[in-house]
Amino acid sequence: MTMAEKVLARRSGRTVVRPGDIVVTDVDLIVLADTVFSDTPDTLPTDLLGVAHPERIVVLMDHGVPAPNERYARAQRRAREHARRLGFREVADVGGGGIEHQLIFERCLALPGQLVASNDSHTSAAGVLNCAARGLGLADILQLAATGRTWYRASPTVRFELVGELPFGVYGKDVFLHLSLLHGSQEGHDIEFGGPGLETMPLDDRATLATMCTELNANFVMMPDDALLREHIASVTDAAYEPVEPDPDAEYAAVHVVDLADVKPRIALPHRINGNVRSAAAVAADGIRIDQAFIGSCANGKLSDLRIAARLLDGRRVADGVRLIVTPGSQAVYLEALRAGYIETLTEAGAVVTNSTCGACAGGHLGVLAPGEVCITSSTRNFRGRMGSADAEIYLASTATVAASAIEGVIADPMPHLADRPIS
Amino acid sequence: MTGRDRDWVFTGRARVFADDDINTDQIMPRRGFELPPEEQSALVLDSIRPGWAATVRSGDILVAGRRFGCGSSRPAPLVLARTGIAAVVAESLGDIFLRNAVAYAVPVLEAPGVLGAVSEGDELDVDIARGAVTNLTTGSAVSATPLPPMLLDTIAAGGVHALLRRDGYLAPIG
Repeated sequence: MTMAEKVLARRSGRTVVRPGDIVVTDVDLIVLADTVFSDTPDTLPTDLLGVAHPERIVVLMDHGVPAPNERYARAQRRAREHARRLGFREVADVGGGGIEHQLIFERCLALPGQLVASNDSHTSAAGVLNCAARGLGLADILQLAATGRTWYRASPTVRFELVGELPFGVYGKDVFLHLSLLHGSQEGHDIEFGGPGLETMPLDDRATLATMCTELNANFVMMPDDALLREHIASVTDAAYEPVEPDPDAEYAAVHVVDLADVKPRIALPHRINGNVRSAAAVAADGIRIDQAFIGSCANGKLSDLRIAARLLDGRRVADGVRLIVTPGSQAVYLEALRAGYIETLTEAGAVVTNSTCGACAGGHLGVLAPGEVCITSSTRNFRGRMGSADAEIYLASTATVAASAIEGVIADPMPHLADRPIS
Repeated sequence: MTGRDRDWVFTGRARVFADDDINTDQIMPRRGFELPPEEQSALVLDSIRPGWAATVRSGDILVAGRRFGCGSSRPAPLVLARTGIAAVVAESLGDIFLRNAVAYAVPVLEAPGVLGAVSEGDELDVDIARGAVTNLTTGSAVSATPLPPMLLDTIAAGGVHALLRRDGYLAPIG
């Protein structure tokens, strides 16, 4: 069996799980974002009267933090009320939390070999922890929280065997864009990563890649447990865990060998990612003016992202007429960045550093676009209307590419900027 | 009555969106999040065809391309069904969209090849339990893998919320 099949088997009490099987499972961790408690479009009551396993449920406030409007404020009040009344394991609230997927990773809320469910579509992010994790719909999450059980249709798996090493100036986001360019959408499939190339990638870049595989329309996204991951987990918790690895005879729908040496800085052009990716150098040649640059989200709000941005902007200025918004992925990232001086550097350069939240990526606040505006972002989606007006254009790239573009005022190739100032 | 005993045939007028990768931001735009249900449903697929929702007749069947409903986990099937769409037949569906459709009791079917057999306005018969799409206008047919009984049961019960109310996990309405 593949890694994801093994986790499903473990949680459904079966010896074997094959693609196409519908399995009923419990899960190790249920994460409820503040959005679970929003007024629903159908005003269906969602006040749970009981939950099967309160110790497996955490509530993380992230989509609109602090509440930008009354609707979010009501949702967050309901979230707190549920957590208190039903005795959830944890609430990560304003001042103590951040973006769900960043928190799961940095606090190891789930551990290798576990099954994780959340209402947010980027839940595949937890694949970096060797977890089988994916987003479910709101109703499914309510049913899972209440009854302790849900269902999955096991998917066939596509394996990406990574070899080589990431070249200088190329990041996890570029690896994702490279996979999108080479192999496109993987809808209906789980993705499994492995190979010596993955082990050479820093955890932040792996986490970005696992998060972004949602945009390849993948279901579960699994990465192996290795020394680097074990070191990270040991720094957070001494809890025991049972990682999964694929069997030698695991069956794959496809196996693709990807040489990391071929990855370059890449950019997705507006309105969709798959089938819409070019190299940063090629797009930079078009001299596309930008109004806003955004660095943040569950994909790229990590400490390494703030480090890269600060390094590139140190002693420089954001171009006239451009707004650079930087939103850390968590309060912990914010604090570390503050201590390291990154926030001072970015602010000196003319950027706005916000608190941690989904913010502009989810289009709710802190950087919403007007009609006709052009934005380059290191966040997760460039769909029409994603960050505000449906008449805005969103280009999607790595943090380095976004920071370089903010300096130039046009969409830029980050390589010349990076060559000037190598980032440790 | 379980989902297996019910009649799962939907007959209606085809409304075709042939594009691949129509995502849930397009089906259920963010700017409708804080509007009342009928105003929210008026925005369905508006960025692709302005004013389209107002042209839906109750019982129309949406015929869509590949990966229809990919993207965010928002409850797009519910908002779509409120326009009057009775069932969705697509080349393929986004995985969370498929789950949400079942959870909100919206009949769906993944029928590869359906776009080649259906034009806008054709009269269709869709059987989600047998996995069959029949074009009554042209006589052509497409077969598909039907939804499994467990999921038909959820749809027959009126969706997940109805099941949770039935079993005492949610307060009854009213």
